[in-house]
Amino acid sequence: MEYLIHIAIIVSLYAAGAMSLNLIVGETGLVSVAHAAFVGIGGYAVALLLTVAHVPFVVAILVAVLISGIVAFFIGATFLRLREVYYVLGTVGFNVIVLSIFLNWSSLTKGPLGIAGIPRPEIFGAQLSTNISFLVLALIFVLCVYFCSSFITRSSLGRALHAIREDEAVAEVFGYSTVHYKLFVFTTASMLAGAAGALYASYISYISPYGYAVTESIFVLAIIILGGLGSARGAILGAALLVILPELLRFVGFPPEIAAQLRLGSYGLVLVLFMLYRPQGIWGTFKI
Amino acid sequence: MTILKTRKLTKSFGGVRAVDHVDLSFEGGKVTALVGPNGSGKTTLINTITGIVPVDGGEIVIGSESFRCIRSSDIATYGITRTFQNSRLIQQMSVLDNLLLVLTKRNVFGALFERHEAHHLDKAEAALRRVGLWEKRNEQTENLSYGQRKLLEIARATLMRADIYFFDEPFAGLFPEMVKIVSMTLGELRAGGAAIVLVEHDMALVRELADHCYVLDSGKVIAEGTPEHVLKQENVVEAYLGK
Repeated sequence: MEYLIHIAIIVSLYAAGAMSLNLIVGETGLVSVAHAAFVGIGGYAVALLLTVAHVPFVVAILVAVLISGIVAFFIGATFLRLREVYYVLGTVGFNVIVLSIFLNWSSLTKGPLGIAGIPRPEIFGAQLSTNISFLVLALIFVLCVYFCSSFITRSSLGRALHAIREDEAVAEVFGYSTVHYKLFVFTTASMLAGAAGALYASYISYISPYGYAVTESIFVLAIIILGGLGSARGAILGAALLVILPELLRFVGFPPEIAAQLRLGSYGLVLVLFMLYRPQGIWGTFKI
Repeated sequence: MTILKTRKLTKSFGGVRAVDHVDLSFEGGKVTALVGPNGSGKTTLINTITGIVPVDGGEIVIGSESFRCIRSSDIATYGITRTFQNSRLIQQMSVLDNLLLVLTKRNVFGALFERHEAHHLDKAEAALRRVGLWEKRNEQTENLSYGQRKLLEIARATLMRADIYFFDEPFAGLFPEMVKIVSMTLGELRAGGAAIVLVEHDMALVRELADHCYVLDSGKVIAEGTPEHVLKQENVVEAYLGK
């Protein structure tokens, strides 16, 4: 039972991260390969605030979200003026830079050793030390991200994002300052990713830089492509499938090292097959 | 009254001068036709005025203000709107949403807290009924026929309530019934005092609709005046048909 709860928590946190990335990629049409960096910024911020500064969890997560947002704002303001492939390469470069900061700023991040002993959340005096209590928190968080995503996509802003996704020049001709829209979405989604990262760090109680590499950003991208671009529900479905699928490989009897390689290979295969045969994903509304 | 003027407007692509020191003037309540053979610079001219491509030289004058160039995101503010030679609608969006897009708020936070309301729907309905597409309002735009897309793009432009409309070949490929609808729409906009700029190859339509006509060839204005007068000129016939 504990194992199932653990899987449910991981699915929830990936689902929240994927829904936030869907705002950037699925709703606005900006391919970002930097999402793991923002998850990492949230994770490291909360880890340092809880283990070094010993601030309350609620304050730590709010500050972590704020830091993710500030970084995203400046990165977005720099990269979002770039066109297509240059912007994508910029996000890859940013993810690599963040990873190298986590690895090399040892006095702050403890480098490759990572940060251990991150306490579980304590919210208004209640310590969420059991997995089931953390699962409740994770599900509430997923609902909040889902609500936030729906609020955006159902508004006039959501319609404008869809226009930008398909034809940015036309959106501009009809009076939309598209850079402002893209910056808003990039910053908001990165704040949500930062929150997901903060919760993940607090749940696992240990973080290391290797969890925030470009491959992790590609994994979240694979989740939303599988689930369906432009669909928050698709992101949840994609997270469930891509988190649970490799777990099933454990029970098939593959040796762990082969199962790990199959896991990576299966993500790549999913991306290739869906791009070829169903670009809108399982539940998606948008075809690339 | 002059709504928009260009002075020595110039645009080159590599070594090719697509728009060459062009002086034009567009009057409110009139239809001005831009004619010329393919590649004469008509669409490039519209693209420079509407900020789709940057201007190399010259200026655009709106009222008493003069601009080196206007960003495409600002043209709506200056009362300018346009259609495209090849329709550019938001394909993976419903017909109705394509119109609501130009009826709702443009600033980020205003748009975030806005849901479309009855008055938005009323305006969209009137525009769609005018072009005969109300029944198609919930269709994905990508499922419309070529002609229906042209009509929807014209309906979208009319909702901008602009001072000057650039219509880039709005009649191309339309059935006679659709041609009537577009002609009527242009007539209504002209009657409302807007300046209409019409890029068109069908000279019968130019004669029927235009009050004034500029002929472009190799990026230069080679003739101007009333359609009847201009289309008889030897250099204009030569530009179209060759020597």
